Amino acid sequence: MSTFKISKDGFYGEYGGAFIPEMLHHNIKELQENYLQIINSESFQQEFATLLQDYVGRPTPLYFSQNLSEHYQTNIYLKREDLNHTGAHKINNTIGQILLAKQLGKKHIIAETGAGQHGVATATACALANMPCTIFMGEVDIKRQAPNVKKMELLGAKVVTAMSGSKTLKDATNEAIRAWINDPVETHYIIGSVVGPHPYPDMVAQFQSVISKEIKEQLKSKTGKENPDYIIACVGGGSNAIGAFYHFIDNGFTKLIAVEAAGLGLDSGKTAASITLGKKGIIHGSMTYLMQTDDGQIVEPHSISAGLDYPGVGPVHAYLNDTGKAAVTSVTDHEAMKAALFLSKTEGIIPALESAHALAYLEKIKFKPQEIVIINLSGRGDKDMATYQNYLENE
Amino acid sequence: MNNRITSLFQSKKKNILSVYFTAGYPALDDTTTIISELDKNGVDLIEIGIPFSDPLADGPIIQQSGQKAIHNGMTISYLFNELKDTRNHTKIPLILMGYLNPILQFGVKAFCETCSRIGIDGLIIPDLPPDYYKLHFQDLFKEHNLCNIMLITPQTDDDRIKEIDSLSSGFIYMVSTNSITGANKTLEQQLPYFERVAKMKLKNPTLVGFGIHDRQTYQIATKYSNGAIIGSAFIKALKKSNLLDKPISDFVGRVGR
Ligand SMILES: Cc1ncc(COP(=O)(O)O)c(C=O)c1O
Repeated sequence: MSTFKISKDGFYGEYGGAFIPEMLHHNIKELQENYLQIINSESFQQEFATLLQDYVGRPTPLYFSQNLSEHYQTNIYLKREDLNHTGAHKINNTIGQILLAKQLGKKHIIAETGAGQHGVATATACALANMPCTIFMGEVDIKRQAPNVKKMELLGAKVVTAMSGSKTLKDATNEAIRAWINDPVETHYIIGSVVGPHPYPDMVAQFQSVISKEIKEQLKSKTGKENPDYIIACVGGGSNAIGAFYHFIDNGFTKLIAVEAAGLGLDSGKTAASITLGKKGIIHGSMTYLMQTDDGQIVEPHSISAGLDYPGVGPVHAYLNDTGKAAVTSVTDHEAMKAALFLSKTEGIIPALESAHALAYLEKIKFKPQEIVIINLSGRGDKDMATYQNYLENE
Repeated sequence: MNNRITSLFQSKKKNILSVYFTAGYPALDDTTTIISELDKNGVDLIEIGIPFSDPLADGPIIQQSGQKAIHNGMTISYLFNELKDTRNHTKIPLILMGYLNPILQFGVKAFCETCSRIGIDGLIIPDLPPDYYKLHFQDLFKEHNLCNIMLITPQTDDDRIKEIDSLSSGFIYMVSTNSITGANKTLEQQLPYFERVAKMKLKNPTLVGFGIHDRQTYQIATKYSNGAIIGSAFIKALKKSNLLDKPISDFVGRVGR
């Protein structure tokens, strides 16, 4: 795993860093000082690769989507992260972090979750590693993602309701951080995206970078070219997107498209488009774009997809946006919903609502017939069945 | 330059009592009343909390007071306006305590200038790391005669305590246990930590905070330090805006000294 340009203090340009209260300094420093050495060691790499292959089911296919390609008159490939064990890319990161936690001698895992995908992936990794875990989830999300709560419990996790603030992902993250402050010695916090204080953004990006490593190899063997014209991914915190971009960032060729959730629309006041609409500031220990009031209070976002319902974004995406290395765009709840239903009918693949945001971007530009377009299909739609049904009934 | 916090610690070495409350709670305009009641009742130092939507280091009581305060309309500008004449009425050292993001949005330079103009003596910004402080804040703090009060915890090793001591002025905020504010962990077993820090003979005095809520915890906390800070327990005592004087005098009386 290589390191994508991050400064010694964990900054991507002016974004990132570790803006944490002193209570977390010891833990964060322990991670900062050890993560590279641990994850670059041969034994770690080997164990990680074996688990990704035999347990997670990697490599995931790079599927040439005949029907979508015909419809959009170009060459569309789907990177099938939905076929991973537990149904999303999130498990690439939790397997990496559980191995790291073991190396650090930690005895207990905590994590936050919004949609429940990261919670399930964490509970799964903890079951595998025989480590107790506690998952924090906002009261609102517990209600709208009930099946994932049951799964986490079945896997042996303790699910704690986050009752503070607006009772969604941002508050679940606050509660996880507070739990870490209260029990800093034996606990490791498995953060679910490329957010939080350094080294999390870089560490999670490295664990997810397996996605673009595979894309490169698979595309080469299928087409003879290793660089596609486009890679399109949805961005909540940004972990599936950076994973899909990672090995293409500096090739000077591939257009990297990050799709945020516009919610009900960019000017509706109910949106989660943090880069498009946010201002620079600090959220969960990281300098990045976030949605906030003029007074610096963090604003509760809205997206139909719980996994994109986050008011900040990973600092690496703030940096890629500012430097023009990636283009940031957004699609609405409605556009995502239509794209999800379209993929289901045309390809027989029910995508996660998050991933449907990346698919919806296909409607936004006219690709050339010879171009190669890769969509990172970050997860499957099982968890969203209630939302889909609801939508269809109200159509 | 003279600073009210530095002067306080020059004249008083033991049993200092500092009280924290959230600006804008219970009601938007209670700030100056609470300050004068605390002053009247012999408190030595006051920490005025700037409410934040996502206070990572705070427990439920301070979180809820902050949410209520934001809902009431409290902002940094509002607070500055509320405090603009305070120095005509009181000499008690005043500290603002707040998370970094609202201060960044206000503008660090304008923030420091206004603090100095209205007579704020020091700042506690818990999520401002020492390195970032050095790069972006230190010169402004010095220019405006503002003490930089930083935290140490039971996990902070001696070398880092020395570094924090060298960057701090006024006093050092010793977090009593591994916890967020308002926690109820027992303090007795922290005595070795309190003693260890006392033996380091730091350049700054120390105040112990987090979990101090009555006479007994105050006494343990101050055994080796210059005093203690009470936050959550005080906020809990403030229920009704139109009835502030009696709960405040009762509370300060209960802590004794
Ligand atoms: C399937 C899926 N895709 C995407 C996301 C968004 O996260 P990130 O932006 O970190 O990939 C989530 C989060 O829950 C998810 O479950």
